[in-house]
Amino acid sequence: MRENPDHKAKTERELTFAEAIREALADEMRRDPRIFIVGEDVAEAGTPFKVLSGLVEEFGKDRVIDAPISEPGFTGVGVGAAMTGMHPVVDIMFGDFLTLAMDQIVNQAAKVHYMSGGKLKVPIVFRTTLGATRRSAAQHSQSLHAWLSHIPGLKVVIPSTPYDAKGLLKAAIRDENPVVFFEDKMMYKLKGPVPEAEYIIPFGQADIKRAGDDITLVATSSMVQVALAAAEKLSQIDIQAEVLDPRTTKPLDKQALIDSAKKTSRAIVIDEGYESYGVTAEIASVIADGAFYYLDAPVKRMGAMDVPIPFSPALEDLTVPTEDTVFEMAKSLCRRN
Amino acid sequence: MTTDAKLGAAPHFEPEDLEHWLLMYEQMTRIREFEEKVNELYMKAIMPGLAHLYSGQEAVAVGVCAALRADDDITSTHRGHGHCLAKGASVDRMFAELLGKEAGYCKGKGGSMHIADPESGNLGANAIVGGSAGIATGAALSAKMRGSDQVVVCFFGEGALGQGILYEVMNMASLWKLPVIYVCENNLYNEYTHYSEALAGEITARPQAFGINVESVDGQDVQQVYEVMKRLVARARRGEGPSFLECKTYRYYGHHVGDISRSYYRPKEEEQEWRANRDPLKILAQRLVSQKLTDDYILERIRTEVQAEVEAGVQFAMAAAYPAPEEVDQDVYA
Repeated sequence: MRENPDHKAKTERELTFAEAIREALADEMRRDPRIFIVGEDVAEAGTPFKVLSGLVEEFGKDRVIDAPISEPGFTGVGVGAAMTGMHPVVDIMFGDFLTLAMDQIVNQAAKVHYMSGGKLKVPIVFRTTLGATRRSAAQHSQSLHAWLSHIPGLKVVIPSTPYDAKGLLKAAIRDENPVVFFEDKMMYKLKGPVPEAEYIIPFGQADIKRAGDDITLVATSSMVQVALAAAEKLSQIDIQAEVLDPRTTKPLDKQALIDSAKKTSRAIVIDEGYESYGVTAEIASVIADGAFYYLDAPVKRMGAMDVPIPFSPALEDLTVPTEDTVFEMAKSLCRRN
Repeated sequence: MTTDAKLGAAPHFEPEDLEHWLLMYEQMTRIREFEEKVNELYMKAIMPGLAHLYSGQEAVAVGVCAALRADDDITSTHRGHGHCLAKGASVDRMFAELLGKEAGYCKGKGGSMHIADPESGNLGANAIVGGSAGIATGAALSAKMRGSDQVVVCFFGEGALGQGILYEVMNMASLWKLPVIYVCENNLYNEYTHYSEALAGEITARPQAFGINVESVDGQDVQQVYEVMKRLVARARRGEGPSFLECKTYRYYGHHVGDISRSYYRPKEEEQEWRANRDPLKILAQRLVSQKLTDDYILERIRTEVQAEVEAGVQFAMAAAYPAPEEVDQDVYA
């Protein structure tokens, strides 16, 4: 378990999550001419979320390539380019559209290195989104990172702060493997300290977003802010929650999860993917296995409700964990009723 | 559009090219003998899993690859042994891969449907029908971005015409003028179904709709395949964009080695007709002999030498070691 040593204190500069992503891409593209971006509306439009605004002006249309609306096609083109000396960053606008490109990611990119006995490699990043509550309904709101985390050969990154987004995206781009990078679309405007100077965050290193002794809230991506808000509320009733962010689901920092649960004796795993067969199940199992004799309560899981995500705000907000539901679950687990 | 070759028909050969054509004859013979041996290994239960034999289609792989440079890339299919051999793979390491041995091209981790050999410009066979269309097109984009003049060939059967990704990447290849040649081997059968039951309209009309340069040749005539490919490759190398080459051909065996009762989807007479009168090895041999450029003795000697090479390759593979258990979780990540 490694905390980011006082980066928050040392830097004055704040960037949004989107700006941190853009800065990481621009830095890396200046460093390495093999890197290019391909996807729908990535050039002048800069994506619907404007994450890539300005990149085509600096790097030109040959390196920021607008593709037709053909997810399998441009994903496959990225895989072939990666196998032959380039380093593509493929933009899949909504995480829900991963389903269209699944053969290219799962059957091709993830397996080429192994199937070729290690002779071919696929250095490629698939950037995409997750997260509900944008009133975008069932086909633009899912968090499908568990699907990709299931596949040997892929690495999966789920940053929760602008600082982590920049450092992890740089690590993703410098990796020699296919990496799926999930960005919470509701977090693009979140501001946080981001050093201008170069830094890389290695995969498989969880980060303690808030230290505490009474209960561990393992939270990913969009759920980190929710967990931090719940932790703040819990502190008012004298429950000190530790908020632990794995930052990558593959590789997973199992030791950090186990160490934190051993320290606090209680854990809730909070993730915006569907709860059944999800990331929460994997992490809960790691904790139950590794910290069993230290636990004072069963490990609890909180994920998205197992329903297609509804449009109506009155319904959609019921489907994801919130500050209040996490607070209540933690309170009851600590037997403070 | 060129006409079908017939036995005895005699397009002109330049005598100085004799060695070139004899090499193509040798490569086609190598593929034929290799596949016969694979079938035998399967029947004797020596080979694990299945294989999809290329016999009957040799002129396509050989004619296409003869028009490529060593540093040009290909992507292949589940029926890929012929492509791999034609691009320069060696028989012994091919057999070793088919038997799951460490000495195989992929350390035994890929098997019959996944042979890859970047050293000979083979980006890999692919067991998803149409699955390598994206890879080939991406390799062509890469060649263009790197400022190389490499050309990429994407082999696929007419069954892949049912897969959407093919049309997505042909669209991009045409828009971006990529140096890729889509080689469609129309062997008439999508697995166990005649292609006419699966394909509406004309095959060549599909790439034409994307503004792609289209040719259609008799895939049993290695000379036709080679001559047309030379033009398409030169065109791609000059930066003039993608082409689509339909090669009309025939699969002598079933969809895979275990598909032995085929009469419910195609008559025996049809198979016999292709073997007797449309065989790519016979067509080239008769043409060379009738023009007195070679004789049966030389062709027979080539066949004998290749048979010895194939036999030695099998012995090599049978004697080779299996991968060590520690290999099982190696190469998951680079």
